[in-house]
Amino acid sequence: MIDMQDAAYGYGAEPILSDMTLRLAPGSFHFLTGPSGSGKTTFLKLCYGELLATQGSVTVFGQDTATLDRNAIARSRQRIGVVHQDCAFLDHLPIAENIALPLTVSGRDGGASDANMRELIAWVGLSARAAAHPPELSGGERQRAALARAIIMDPDLILADEPTGNVDWEMSLRLLQLLCELNRLGKTIVIATHDLALIRAAKAQVQARVLRIADGKLSAAGANL
Amino acid sequence: MSVATNLMALLRGEVQADRIVPRTGQTARLTLAVSAAMAFLAVFALALSLASGQLADRWSAALAQSATIRLSAADDQIEIQTRAILTVLSQTPGVTEARAMSDDEQRALLEPWFGPDLPVGDLPVPRLIEIIEDETGFDAAGLRQRLAAEAPGAVLDDHTRWRRPLVAAADRLRMLGWLSLSLILGATAAMITLAAQAALASNVQVLRVMRLVGAQDSYIARAFVRRFTHRALTGAAIGAALGMLAIALMPRAAQEGAFLTGLGFQGLDWLWPLTIPPLAAVTAFWATRIAAFRTLKGLR
Ligand SMILES: Nc1ncnc2c1ncn2[C@@H]1O[C@H](COP(=O)(O)OP(=O)(O)OP(=O)(O)O)[C@@H](O)[C@H]1O
Ligand SMILES: [Mg+2]
Repeated sequence: MIDMQDAAYGYGAEPILSDMTLRLAPGSFHFLTGPSGSGKTTFLKLCYGELLATQGSVTVFGQDTATLDRNAIARSRQRIGVVHQDCAFLDHLPIAENIALPLTVSGRDGGASDANMRELIAWVGLSARAAAHPPELSGGERQRAALARAIIMDPDLILADEPTGNVDWEMSLRLLQLLCELNRLGKTIVIATHDLALIRAAKAQVQARVLRIADGKLSAAGANL
Repeated sequence: MSVATNLMALLRGEVQADRIVPRTGQTARLTLAVSAAMAFLAVFALALSLASGQLADRWSAALAQSATIRLSAADDQIEIQTRAILTVLSQTPGVTEARAMSDDEQRALLEPWFGPDLPVGDLPVPRLIEIIEDETGFDAAGLRQRLAAEAPGAVLDDHTRWRRPLVAAADRLRMLGWLSLSLILGATAAMITLAAQAALASNVQVLRVMRLVGAQDSYIARAFVRRFTHRALTGAAIGAALGMLAIALMPRAAQEGAFLTGLGFQGLDWLWPLTIPPLAAVTAFWATRIAAFRTLKGLR
């Protein structure tokens, strides 16, 4: 699903991430941890092609992200659900339309009025807030909306950047539950998080591995979390 | 995606893509106003080109047969000098054709003044030789000198040749009219590019989010292109309509060829200004599309 060969990335001359070689199998469930500023978001951006590796290669769905043209990148993003750390919403559109955005831009009809869409919004507990605009939502509400948007296209790969950073423990567990269910349906999942309790909770439900970024290097964390 | 499909999509209207891009009030009004002003100017440039073109055509048609040679000589000299004149003319650069008029033709010319039974052969009516010039014309002074030597009875009459510089001026004016039109078109393209770039720059965050959720460049561009094309079309339609109205209301003198009052459209010429709004729309389409793709290139 995701294949990295000696991949490195630096915003300037100094690389932030280097020597990353890994293979995430289809259907796997990974957590990505590491101190703040260690490069978790950067790692995820490499995976969905917002950044290109400065060295080595990053292959997603069997395609090297560096060789994809702009339309191919757009198409591959339609197969990847991303929960962005900053949520990346359009502030002038109601949250329901923001959630439906991937459907809209890929030309799938139905959009926000779809029954599945309503069910999904209800599932993340936003039915009452569906008409509100993103700036009117709390941080946790935005994160739930972001998760809803990430899965609305029924993607094969889900990348979530701190999806539970601003929600209470109960909601965190519900969101995790959803991700675990999706994983059981065969989706590949990568979650960047600091939340060790969340990782432990997940390990009780699915076979999850933990990747750790420290000092620009990626390593598999031990089972002793 | 082909231009035709794009235009079709534009006409049908993609309401959703339109909603995704937020309203841009200021650039909208700017584009509308600039398109209207430019279309108004374009109508006048067009009228100028057409009017000066017609003038140039009319005058140069009149010029083509502008010169005649009158030959008055003793009876026995007439034929000899006529041949001498024709020989000289055949060697004169700028003369396309020269022809001595027959008695019948001369009679026809004189008929309005002297009646149909004029015995041309018995009267001392000068022989007329018609000269048809090419575009460059001939050197009148040089021709006069040669005629004086070879056919003393010949007088070169070229009184309409003074119009030649006017024809050149009218031609130049027509050219300037077309040049103005292309400058107006270029300026419109530049203005719309700037307005579109401003709108795009103030929406970089929107463009980024759309890219992140998997929107293709053409989809994102379309929302902007549709807006600017629509505004340019509307603005240019208003401007062109006002320009045509102004021209229609211009006071008109009956005298033909009076240049200032001849500034207008005749008959089917009125169809020309109708091409301005579609032209503005096509210009806006490409200007915005190119600007949008350029901006998007900076975003992954
Ligand atoms: N656009 C950028 N330009 C320059 N430096 C950047 C940019 N984005 C991130 N960085 C730097 O790269 C490093 C890694 O950033 P990144 O966002 O990947 O960290 P992170 O692990 O996601 O942190 P957090 O847990 O706080 O979200 C940080 O030191 C950050 O300052
Ligand atoms: Mg981060």
